[in-house]
Amino acid sequence: MQDKKTSSPAELPTLPKAPTGIEGLDEITEGGLPKGRPTLICGSAGCGKTLMGIEFLVRGALEFGEPGVLMAFEETAEELTANVTSLGFDLPALQEQKLLRVDHVHVDRSEIEETGEYDLEGLFIRLGYAIDSIGAKRVVLDTIESLFGGFPNEAVLRSEIRRLFRWLKDRGVTTVITAERGDGTLTRQGLEEYVSDCVILLDNRVIDQITTRRLRVVKYRGSTHGTNEYPYLISEEGISVLPVTSLKLEHEVSDQIVSSGVPALDEMFGRKGFYQGSSILLTGTAGTAKTTLAAAFANQIASQNKRCLYFAFEESPQQLVRNMRSVGVDLAPWIEQGLLHIEASRPTLNGLERHLVVIHKLVKELKPDAVVIDPISNLINVGNVNEVRSMLTRLIDFLKVNNITALFTALISGRTNQLDATEEGVSSLVDTWISVRDLEGVGERNRGLSILKSRGMSHSNQVREFVVTDHGIQLLDVVIGPTGIVTGASRLTQQLQEQAQELALRQELERKDRELERRRRVLEATIANLRTEFESVEEELRQINSEELTRHQTFTEGRTAAVSEMSGRGAPGHNTKSNNQ
Amino acid sequence: METNPDTTTEGMDKEYWELRLYVAGQTPKSVAAIANLKKYCEQHLLGRYKLEVIDLLQHPQLAEGDQILAIPTLVRKVPVPIRKIIGDLSNEERVLVGLDIRPIESKLTR
Repeated sequence: MQDKKTSSPAELPTLPKAPTGIEGLDEITEGGLPKGRPTLICGSAGCGKTLMGIEFLVRGALEFGEPGVLMAFEETAEELTANVTSLGFDLPALQEQKLLRVDHVHVDRSEIEETGEYDLEGLFIRLGYAIDSIGAKRVVLDTIESLFGGFPNEAVLRSEIRRLFRWLKDRGVTTVITAERGDGTLTRQGLEEYVSDCVILLDNRVIDQITTRRLRVVKYRGSTHGTNEYPYLISEEGISVLPVTSLKLEHEVSDQIVSSGVPALDEMFGRKGFYQGSSILLTGTAGTAKTTLAAAFANQIASQNKRCLYFAFEESPQQLVRNMRSVGVDLAPWIEQGLLHIEASRPTLNGLERHLVVIHKLVKELKPDAVVIDPISNLINVGNVNEVRSMLTRLIDFLKVNNITALFTALISGRTNQLDATEEGVSSLVDTWISVRDLEGVGERNRGLSILKSRGMSHSNQVREFVVTDHGIQLLDVVIGPTGIVTGASRLTQQLQEQAQELALRQELERKDRELERRRRVLEATIANLRTEFESVEEELRQINSEELTRHQTFTEGRTAAVSEMSGRGAPGHNTKSNNQ
Repeated sequence: METNPDTTTEGMDKEYWELRLYVAGQTPKSVAAIANLKKYCEQHLLGRYKLEVIDLLQHPQLAEGDQILAIPTLVRKVPVPIRKIIGDLSNEERVLVGLDIRPIESKLTR
């Protein structure tokens, strides 16, 4: 909401808003209630109308420096004070600091006799005096409809209420009017026709024995607002509204990698682990070591001196620690060092929204680097699929925004092996999805692990068999048999067979090497023979050659002598020439 | 019937009436209410009442004490219980009933 203000300074002036300080409500209303105008909060009994009004005042006084007047028509100041003390609102202290003024208006029909004309100027004067005495910027009228019980002349009352709202507007105070919800109308007395700037509807619903409170902004004149129904809670810290879609998918992302706690599993990812701040879903049928994998992850986080928050919806912390110790994952020291916090509760203990708030609260308190929820599928007991999905969406968004790595486990049902959908349909929300499943072969059952998706990095496409040993989880090498991947005993058989084959192959190779050596030796002998033969032939030829040469020389000399004898005086030129030759 | 007024008058003799009328400025309603009330008091409670007119425009802080919402409001402080009458007090009978002053006396005076 604040981004909005800063991002559009040059645009037309937007409606000024008075922030409520109520968690989530300001996001839905994009900044708060219309400043200087009346807002109607209506709802049936037990919705927290009064509380919302008081919180608006208290937060306004404490956080935004806007003093407020509470005009209570139903409860006395003492009762109100007592009611909100449990939420940490100290009304008397605020009154002393002149930040709040509570005026209890008591209307009793039996005390009042009506004769002739009158108006409600007294109310105006009281309110005006209260506003002026502390310089109030906010006013809450809770519940002005009580006047209808006190004054018989409805016509006068209606015109006076209309005048009151006009007057409040003119005074520029941000007003909240609470009203009981009527049958088929927003309010019993049709107050909505007087308050037309902003109407917020609170609803209290029981579905399957679980109460959920919902809030909806029915109208907001002059401003856009979230139009959905948003669950809200009344917790120890007041009202918190949980908007689903307030997030704009703009969160920062991290390039850092977090190890899964199982080295061989890390190897299956292109970047050797998960991205910090990503969400990981671990699905599998019963008994496929989901919790063990989750605990290994938690162990890894804690061993790096980072904090991890573990929500166990199935096991108590002691049981979890004991069970994990049996597979070589000792969580106890981390718990002692405060690096690991296990929050165990039955899913049915709280409503879904309550769970979400508990998670929010713990996350804010402990500021963990990683959160494990084991398993999310148990939450389905609490709400219906849509609710669970919307809750998980919000949870995942919340954790992502805070750059917290989240690991969820989910139980998928039976043999159907529906890999495309978990029951909660959150698979599209998560970044990394690891599936563990039974690989049932002849007479035995083995566990297989595969990565279905991993956003932003490459991953192995193999189904890896893994075993849970005393020293944690170990992924085994892939063994591919004639009919695909083999596991368990057949994997062992396959491995033995392969070993035998390998041995045979090696022996064959050695035999071939020896054969080659023999052949080489034979050939070398032959080559030596040939060379000897060649040498003798060569010598013979050389002999013949030199004899031939000698013979030729002798012949030439003899002819020369004969020629010089025959023409010794005839031609000296010739002589010289032939001598030269 | 003849004896009753005497006893009531005697009973009322012992009673003292403390009335407070809240108005806001000199609006027609306020002016009418003051005039009406003074008339009734003079007629029925002569010498036995104390009337205080409070203008809330001048003393807004007093409105809270008597839980004043409507203007004009007449508050009977004494005798207890406290009773309130709102409006310009134009209906005499209702005012007298409201203040618990026996109307029979008014019939006699008329």
